[in-house]
Amino acid sequence: MSRMKLVLVGNGMAGMRTLEELLKAAPDMYDITVFGDEPHPNYNRIMLSPVLAGEQTVEQIVLNSRDWYAEHGITLHTGKRIVKIDRKNRFVEADDGTRESYDRLLLATGSKSFILPVPGADLPGVVGFRDIADVDAMIAAAGQYKHAVVIGGGLLGLEAANGLKQRGMDVSVVHIAPWLLERQMDEPASRLLQKSLEEKGLKFLLQKQTAELVRGESGRVCALKFKDGETIAADLVVMAVGIRPNTQLAESAGLQCSARPGGLLVNDTMQTFDPRIYAVGECVNHRGIAYGLVAPLWEQARVCANHLAEHGVARYQGSMTSTKLKVTGIDLFSAGNFVGGEGHEEIVFQDAGRGSYKKLVLKDNKLAGAVLYGDTLDGAWYFELMRDATDVSDFRDKLLFGRHHIGDSGAGGGMGDEMSRVMALPDSAEICGCNGVCKGDIIKSIRENKLFTLDEVRAHTKASGSCGSCTGLVETILAATAGGDYSTAPSKKPLCNCTEHTHDEIRAAIVDQGFKSTPEVMQGLGWKTPDGCTKCRPALNYYLLCANPTEYVDDAQSRYINERAHGNIQKDGSFSVVPRMWGGLTNPKELRAIADVAEKFNVPEVKVTGGQRIDLFGIKKEDLPAVWQDLSDAGFVSGHAYGKAMRTVKTCVGSQWCRFGTQDSTGLGVKMEQLTWGSWMPHKFKLAVSGCPRNCAEATIKDFGVVCVDSGYELHVGGNGGIKVRITDLLAKVETEEQVLEFCAAFTQLYREEAHYLERTAPWVERVGLAHIKAKVVEDATNRATLAERFAISQKPAQVDPWKERTAGALKREFMPLTA
Amino acid sequence: MTSWIEVAHLDDIPRQGARVVKTAAGEIAVFRTVDDEVFALRDKCPHKGGPLSQGIVHGKKVACPLHDWKINLDSGLAVAPDVGCAARYPVRVVDGRVSLSLTSV
Repeated sequence: MSRMKLVLVGNGMAGMRTLEELLKAAPDMYDITVFGDEPHPNYNRIMLSPVLAGEQTVEQIVLNSRDWYAEHGITLHTGKRIVKIDRKNRFVEADDGTRESYDRLLLATGSKSFILPVPGADLPGVVGFRDIADVDAMIAAAGQYKHAVVIGGGLLGLEAANGLKQRGMDVSVVHIAPWLLERQMDEPASRLLQKSLEEKGLKFLLQKQTAELVRGESGRVCALKFKDGETIAADLVVMAVGIRPNTQLAESAGLQCSARPGGLLVNDTMQTFDPRIYAVGECVNHRGIAYGLVAPLWEQARVCANHLAEHGVARYQGSMTSTKLKVTGIDLFSAGNFVGGEGHEEIVFQDAGRGSYKKLVLKDNKLAGAVLYGDTLDGAWYFELMRDATDVSDFRDKLLFGRHHIGDSGAGGGMGDEMSRVMALPDSAEICGCNGVCKGDIIKSIRENKLFTLDEVRAHTKASGSCGSCTGLVETILAATAGGDYSTAPSKKPLCNCTEHTHDEIRAAIVDQGFKSTPEVMQGLGWKTPDGCTKCRPALNYYLLCANPTEYVDDAQSRYINERAHGNIQKDGSFSVVPRMWGGLTNPKELRAIADVAEKFNVPEVKVTGGQRIDLFGIKKEDLPAVWQDLSDAGFVSGHAYGKAMRTVKTCVGSQWCRFGTQDSTGLGVKMEQLTWGSWMPHKFKLAVSGCPRNCAEATIKDFGVVCVDSGYELHVGGNGGIKVRITDLLAKVETEEQVLEFCAAFTQLYREEAHYLERTAPWVERVGLAHIKAKVVEDATNRATLAERFAISQKPAQVDPWKERTAGALKREFMPLTA
Repeated sequence: MTSWIEVAHLDDIPRQGARVVKTAAGEIAVFRTVDDEVFALRDKCPHKGGPLSQGIVHGKKVACPLHDWKINLDSGLAVAPDVGCAARYPVRVVDGRVSLSLTSV
């Protein structure tokens, strides 16, 4: 069978990324031909600024070598501009007469510099800043001439000016607006930027309009004349006033384009009005927006490849973008609506002496925009808050000071440092402590594997893939190595790659559409994989269980091994066993039984856990049922130390013995553990009760902590003592043990019903806001009672000891090896 | 000539799951996919030796329970960008009976 023919017009980043995605999805579907009008193979256009500045070479920024095209059987025509598309007879024609027929055509013609329509704009010495030819012309001029003028004080203009300055030219930047980067920054931040660029030797002419470029005796441009009559010397003029989608070819073929802001119109599947013709990249206009940043183009490429491969499931729904300036030593970040307006509030921090400025714009207690100058390391965090529409009211007072000021004191000790400091670290500096990944490894992998997104860096290096606390550092390294706008992401985050739907959408669908099993959910919501992955299967199993606690039949094969085998798998494949000790209380009989088990099964290690329980290590899987039998005979049940489940209630000794104790903390701990044990949760869930404010049980870093006081009980929620230490928020103060138990049940159930799978209470509380939780649990007594009742209903089938079930023979084959 | 050793009935292996077989050649994991395809791999992840038989089976892949490497059941190869290979063993199902050969391929 002959293969279909795919022709790509435009040998740039967006088009080639689409081909790479397509080759992954359907390697043998097409005979592919690529036309590019530049003489080079595909290179990283974002890195032209560092090439101009002499920090990188052209060879270093090539993304696909000519060998790569050959290896993949792709015919590459460089230096040939397609001048005609014959849609009726389905062929394209290049300026040298080369013709190629197509079954499907992909247009990725990119954009071109907007050249001001002033006299002299076509003189030698006047260039744009879009491609290697422009950069070569600028480098050549820098070696020969003195005066450079950059027209345009936007991102591109400033990067060009910086590069030319580094090349030894005397550079002036002409800008029509009253301050630089007016689309990315407000005036105060821009003034700081201008000051530091002036310190580097750049000159600025603001609110100036160019009238004419003057021709010199040699025929080359020699000066620039403004509308106000002033003239300045100019041997090189760089036009950086903006880009326009390059749609000439598409228009000539009768494909619908937009007049303003320009661009070839495409739908959510990246198709033009001719269904055989697809388009991606800077040349397209999607829902009225023409994107000029790399991450949205990557999304488009993924979607387009999905349809070219005839999988037909992906949709592009637009992207949210942020900006970074690639000028060494200057850190700038902006995103969203940073100007404000009616209904918006602003929080501003300014320290001109330190060259630091931060402005956050809030609307309805959510972050709507941000401008950071100087210290930009929290940019990625702010971007995340905007994308997830997080309610920031609870930490609004600390928002401006960054993530590490809201109790996030993880291994990312470098947080708050500028990009330059991260980049000054030696290659041997360890960035990811969990996986032992050094800075040099990350940079090498980004270069060799052409990585552009955080997810790709995680997949290749594992850096930031475990606890995530070094994410900011990894993103900084990525931005410095591969380009600036790394942090852009689709506006909606799907549960996993098997689906387009978010956690919340899936939970709602399970309830609304009454799905009863994982296959039903996958079929009903259009899963892209036959039976999901390790991310979605456990999540769906939990969501289904939470929605139908009395009817749902648990799917053991969708559970992680620890929950399937009811023990903690260790690095040698053995398991650990933690029997439940209610409230941390035990007695000689129980201890004797544990000691007997340890001896009988030659348990190599016995240890006390962080949650005040006893852990038996090194037990072979096939011995588990026998171990449980002995423990069960002594009255023990499973301690659930292995599950996304209620773990333990840690207690201090309380009023029964302690001379400071105000209430019976151990007794209350036992009651709370009896109430909550056996409950499956979105993530692990720890409780504690301290008998007085000295808080010996460390209740204020637990998911649900009680601090007893003389007049009653303080209830604290959302604490965490792990990767990101977070102190609890005070939920309420109550007077009786009965109230503690009711609040505990209601809070637990709200978390079970609303949190995303694998989201601890700490990030959940931060995401939905304490006010929301108070409204449901504290202020609304009826709702509190309803939540507690739903918890009681779900606890009935849950409080069956899984160990006893298994010693009685349930799921026996899980533990029995076969023999051959 | 492949010598086949019968190890189980298909129903003994949970769908989307696996069983460990103790053999003279060491422990071998026998997997059953959602479409009842059966594969056999040495029960050691090429990464750090984790027991693949304990992982979650999805599509034609298994996720190692220790560090979540994904291993292709049909080739034994780790899913890119991870690199490594778990030895494969011939396995066949005849009339619902699962047989293994202990000579890895």
